[in-house]
Amino acid sequence: MGLEIPELESMAKRCRRNIVRMVYGIGAGHPGGSLSAIDMLTGLYGHRLRVDSDNPKWSDRDRFIMSKGHASPGVYSILHERGFLTEDDLASFRKLGGSCQGHVDMKWCPGVDFSAGSLGMGLSFGIGCSLAAKLDGSDRTSWVMLGDGELQEGQVWEGVMSAVHHEIDNLTVIVDRNGIQNDDFCETQMRMFDVSEKFASFGWAVMEIDGHDMAQVVDAIDWADQVKGGPACIVMHTVKGKGVSYMENNPKFHGAAPNEEQFILAMEELS
Amino acid sequence: MSAPSGGGASRDGYGAALLEMLDDDKVVVLEADLGKSTKSCLFRAEKPSHTVSLGIAEQNMMLVAAGMSTSGYVPFASTFAIFTERGFEQVRNGIARPNIVVHLCGSHGGIHTGTDGSSAQSIEDLAIYRTLPNMTVLHPCDDVSAKALTLALRNHDRPSYMRTARNKVPRSYSDESSNELKIGKGYVHRTGDDVAIIACGVMVNEALEAAEMLAKSGIQATVVDMHTIKPLDTNLVTELAKRCGALVTAEDHSIIGGLGGAVAECLVSHYPVPLERIGVQDRFGESGGSDELLEMLNMKAKNIADAAQRAISRT
Repeated sequence: MGLEIPELESMAKRCRRNIVRMVYGIGAGHPGGSLSAIDMLTGLYGHRLRVDSDNPKWSDRDRFIMSKGHASPGVYSILHERGFLTEDDLASFRKLGGSCQGHVDMKWCPGVDFSAGSLGMGLSFGIGCSLAAKLDGSDRTSWVMLGDGELQEGQVWEGVMSAVHHEIDNLTVIVDRNGIQNDDFCETQMRMFDVSEKFASFGWAVMEIDGHDMAQVVDAIDWADQVKGGPACIVMHTVKGKGVSYMENNPKFHGAAPNEEQFILAMEELS
Repeated sequence: MSAPSGGGASRDGYGAALLEMLDDDKVVVLEADLGKSTKSCLFRAEKPSHTVSLGIAEQNMMLVAAGMSTSGYVPFASTFAIFTERGFEQVRNGIARPNIVVHLCGSHGGIHTGTDGSSAQSIEDLAIYRTLPNMTVLHPCDDVSAKALTLALRNHDRPSYMRTARNKVPRSYSDESSNELKIGKGYVHRTGDDVAIIACGVMVNEALEAAEMLAKSGIQATVVDMHTIKPLDTNLVTELAKRCGALVTAEDHSIIGGLGGAVAECLVSHYPVPLERIGVQDRFGESGGSDELLEMLNMKAKNIADAAQRAISRT
């Protein structure tokens, strides 16, 4: 797709509005982690990923695995931008029979590559996709987004170790380092220390960026593509709830919808 | 398959079947450090390019397999039955829920595993995997049938769990009879009208011995190898209930939720008759020889024969 930075920024803003709309519409969902991730999602889908909305199951597509599957409004909003989902699909969020299930689900939603919802599982799945691509001799790639709180799951580190062991260089992990998890700030729940250092110590190539600076986002994606001999990790520093003043850096909006007054304010701020 | 005189362990049949699939470049084998035990090592030695070592990390293995499956491959992943349970939620949420075709093999199942003790003796695996929608659950009784059923999985369109056993038992199948095996269809080894014994795994051999004992008392028993726990062959169970009027299940597994549980559920819904369940009676195992443990836990042929008498007496 290869959009320019200003176009990507406009796209991300439209996505932010749809994220808040979806969550407000059903009165439930996870706006905070969707808003922190959306600039990177826009960078991936607007600048890099080889996907085709006319053929969502195309076998040689790049894979995007949203391991923090609760950030589904973020995924649905960008899939809408890329033509996978209609406005009506977005309006089906969390509703009976809707393609936009509460957590991203490959059986319900075109363009979703992995049924997530239980944290810690996406990296392993991405490793499987990448190993298969290598066996096929294909240049397709896998991109996995993890939350920072998600790194507390032991399975993540099983995957981190095995990706290096198998020298999987068609795989990139993006850590959404927004510093907040369900109950509170990560630092109060389980201290994280230096996330980049952890990945680097396992043998990953690591790059840190500001996850809300679209130029840095695009540069990091291009950098990850160039990493050879092993996997790449982008640790992106983000703000949970980014773009909506009262949600920013506020643990209350990990998994809560705005009320009517808050919704109106959010729409003003994102206009 | 050439037959060692001492019979065959079902895990050997799994390894032999993988070797039969060497020519199929869509088949991949995943291991979690126990390939020498589950017998996937045989495949690895011949085709390392299609074998993925994941180390001692079962949760990761489950979903690496799922990722490969959605990319067009047919993964056969194995570890000990007990260690598959560590990845149960991965199987539940990442394999069964999206109905991704991954074939999981848990070897060394049941108390028959023996001297390793209770930590290694999975007696609940069949029960837990049976609860998952989309899953097929298998437990073959010897190497010949395990080979046939593993080969049948190659073109099976659902995820599966197959439990194999560590130790050899006398064979219940020949190469010819194993050709008749079909996933989801119980295999009738012996026909009698007084009682039906429905067994799986290493208990099939005990059930056949029990039928011999009963015959000496003038009781004719049907013996079924119910190698597929899910989907259960409910037509066969119902037919046996109608014809024999008394049933016994025999499994190297807890009597809760496994073969006995599945047959009980079927009878209650379709044709209630007396049922006795031979298996592990809601306790854990311990170290010991396979036969010693079967004896201690009242799971030998004579216990099955006694249970048959009890079931008949309740009609």
